[in-house]
Amino acid sequence: MTQLPLYQQLLDSCAALLLLLSFAMLSQRRVVTLVNLYAVQGAVLAAATLLLAWRTGEGHLYLSAVLTLALKVAFLPWLLHRLIRRLEIYWDTESQLNVSGTMLVGLVIVVFAFALAQPITRLASTATRSAVGIAVSVVLLAFLMMITRRKAMSQVVGFLSMENGVLFGAMSASYGMPMVVELGVALDVLVAVLVLGVFFFQIRERFESLDLHHLEALKEHE
Amino acid sequence: MISQSPTLLVGCLALLLGWTAIGLAGLLRPRSVRLAGRVLFPLGALLGFALAAVAGASLLGGGFERLVLPLGLPGLPMHLRLDPLSSVFLVLLGASSGGISLFAGGYFRAGEGAAPGLLCLQYHLFLASMGWVLIADDAYSFLVAWEAMALSSYFLVTTQHRLAEIRRAGFVYLLMAHVGALCLLLCFGVLQGGSWQFTFAAMRAAHLSAGWASAAFLLALIGFGAKAGLVPLHVWLPEAHPAAPSPVSALMSGVMLKTAVYGLLRVGLDLLGHPLWWWGLVPLILGLFTIFYGVLFAAVQTDMKRLLAYSSIENIGVVFTGIGLTIVFAGSGLQAVAALALLATLYHSLNHALMKSLLFLGTGSVLHATGERNLGRLGGLIHRMPWVAWLTLIGTLAIAGLPPLNGFVSEWLLLQSFLFADHVPHAFVNLLIPMGMALVVLGAALAGYVMVKFYGVIFLGQPREPSLAHAHDCGWLERIGLTWLALGCLGLGLFPLQVIGALGSVTTQLIGTRVAQASAHWWLLAPVPGRPVSYGPLVFLTATLAVVLMTVLIVRLAYRQRVRRAPAWDCGFGALTARMQDTAEGFGQPIRHLFQAFFEIERELPAPADRAPRYRIAIRERIWKMAYEPLADAVERLADVAARVQQGRISVYLLYSFITLLVLLAVALMS
Repeated sequence: MTQLPLYQQLLDSCAALLLLLSFAMLSQRRVVTLVNLYAVQGAVLAAATLLLAWRTGEGHLYLSAVLTLALKVAFLPWLLHRLIRRLEIYWDTESQLNVSGTMLVGLVIVVFAFALAQPITRLASTATRSAVGIAVSVVLLAFLMMITRRKAMSQVVGFLSMENGVLFGAMSASYGMPMVVELGVALDVLVAVLVLGVFFFQIRERFESLDLHHLEALKEHE
Repeated sequence: MISQSPTLLVGCLALLLGWTAIGLAGLLRPRSVRLAGRVLFPLGALLGFALAAVAGASLLGGGFERLVLPLGLPGLPMHLRLDPLSSVFLVLLGASSGGISLFAGGYFRAGEGAAPGLLCLQYHLFLASMGWVLIADDAYSFLVAWEAMALSSYFLVTTQHRLAEIRRAGFVYLLMAHVGALCLLLCFGVLQGGSWQFTFAAMRAAHLSAGWASAAFLLALIGFGAKAGLVPLHVWLPEAHPAAPSPVSALMSGVMLKTAVYGLLRVGLDLLGHPLWWWGLVPLILGLFTIFYGVLFAAVQTDMKRLLAYSSIENIGVVFTGIGLTIVFAGSGLQAVAALALLATLYHSLNHALMKSLLFLGTGSVLHATGERNLGRLGGLIHRMPWVAWLTLIGTLAIAGLPPLNGFVSEWLLLQSFLFADHVPHAFVNLLIPMGMALVVLGAALAGYVMVKFYGVIFLGQPREPSLAHAHDCGWLERIGLTWLALGCLGLGLFPLQVIGALGSVTTQLIGTRVAQASAHWWLLAPVPGRPVSYGPLVFLTATLAVVLMTVLIVRLAYRQRVRRAPAWDCGFGALTARMQDTAEGFGQPIRHLFQAFFEIERELPAPADRAPRYRIAIRERIWKMAYEPLADAVERLADVAARVQQGRISVYLLYSFITLLVLLAVALMS
């Protein structure tokens, strides 16, 4: 077995960390911890981007790393923490599926994601191509998290984590998206969180809870 | 004949943008009636006249102009084109909207529904989008303009949106417009023929198999038929036209329906190139049925605007009959006759635009003066509103198809082309089509009956309500608008030869030949070579005028001293009152009785001893119960089945997305 270069090893560890963090988020019930995990995931993503930028010398990747750091490690977690304090929700009590069940489904999904990523891995010429599978898994795991949670807050974190996965996928498959797209996505995420923040207050005001099962009453026919 | 510099097209474009600008200017002071009425609407009318002039120049020149704007979708910039076919409809748009805009300047007042500035915006956007439809040369800009037209007119229809009835009318209209637009979308999808080029030029070049071409034609017929009000897709029309303010009704009925006619001609004869002869049978049969259906329902209406709306349906039937004949003839290789039928179609479109606008505006004036739309509460208005009454009379005579006005010319041309149906080289068809002619004639006769009812009940006789004594004539802007349209009816009636000459470039474009003039006289219309038929409107007018003048003169001379005025003989019953006059219901009763099978009638007859007798009759279309309500029920049932998907739980919705994603990814993995 050949020895991989150091940066490659580092990148692979970052990817592994991302996947691990996704599983951690999937099992985590405390909303505060969930947000912290999200921040850590953002930090790992930023580190991976930085590493790649240093390796390839692509200028826009540096910018992307800085953007990730500012937005996903600092600003959004701060915003979410503030929301949590204001709304006083610390726990996502019940999930739709118990933890072990969720984990098992998660495992199946990761296997599926890697199978899916195989053709891309074969086609891509980037140094990070092995990470594409992980990126797809991160997206799908975040999706799974959104499905299994009841509180609106955890769903937002799931949504944000999904975006991390997309970014990581783009980065590992083709050294990042064009800058314009990346900026657009960043802006989208920002706006989405702001809008959802307002939305939380509206939901709580209306139903006196952030539990989403209250929204079930909104469907047309009983 | 492609001219290099698109001067006229740029002119048209500038005028359309001018309309948009005028509309936006209305927002500067949305509550100001003076700004919108006295400045913006007349300015819009001037642009309309200018558009008619520019398009008229293009029509006479017979040239083709193209322009590509650097706007639109990536890879599909907006293509514009001005050719004879679009020119003739632009003339129609400009000339009728000029008169209507002038009238509208005096018509809209404060406190009636939406603010005048807002109306001004919607109205001018409506005009501009109709113009854009006519010059669009690719499917994308055509559909964008088409939808802009539908939306702006929807908002105009629902001007008085506080009434539930009007909101419902608007909804039905929007629904039908969407169904139609969907069909058009599919139609253009078929027309591109695998080239994935959505310019009209590419569609002309595409080679479609007979099956696909037929599918495209039928889709276009449904799409444009829904907009034009072809039975059975007409249900929105009698709801939406009365709901809109009168200038808007005039614009919708006079002009918007014609954009659908334009669309069908564009697709059927231009984009599809060589139509198959049997395609024509579909619009022909539907058109004939529409004539009959529309005129029957017009005869039994008691609301004057509904009556006109049904009359519009009838006239659209005439136009579609003409289109059907054109295609049957063109597909059978009878180019000369096809040109004649096409000419009748175009002529009737022009005529109807002018006369129906005139009539709708007339009802608008009556509505403003009396606040009444119900024919049962009108009457004798010719004394109170002489301007409106006399100008409307011209429109009434024209739409009834009486010479020397314009309605006669187009119907005469249509009947002439019907007479050639025995040349169609298909057994049975060449025998059956001439029978359609009988229906057209019956329709024309009944249209005359309807117009006698319309005019007689509103303007003649005695006022049926005391409040009518306060009715006032319309203002000067309205008079100018009405006069312009009435002059248009007269002009098109008196100078058919010149009009036909101008339309020659259109028949050349679509059919490849123009209608020959068999007579050497400039005043004698003889469009059918080989048959001794001719029509001289000026001669007719002179003779009619001479007879009338002579009669008046003789009566004056002979009876001058012996005229005495006395109360009418009352048969010994005591005082005659205005309520004893024939009513709209009474006048329409024979038709209602004869054609009972068509109507769904609900009557309330008062008991003989009733002290306060009330007579009520509601006539509905059977088509609602027979076709639309079952359809709506089916859609609702289907929606209920689909609604089971709606669980209300976000996690379930997310699960749907998740499963979709997984399945799609798996499919990608397999392939």
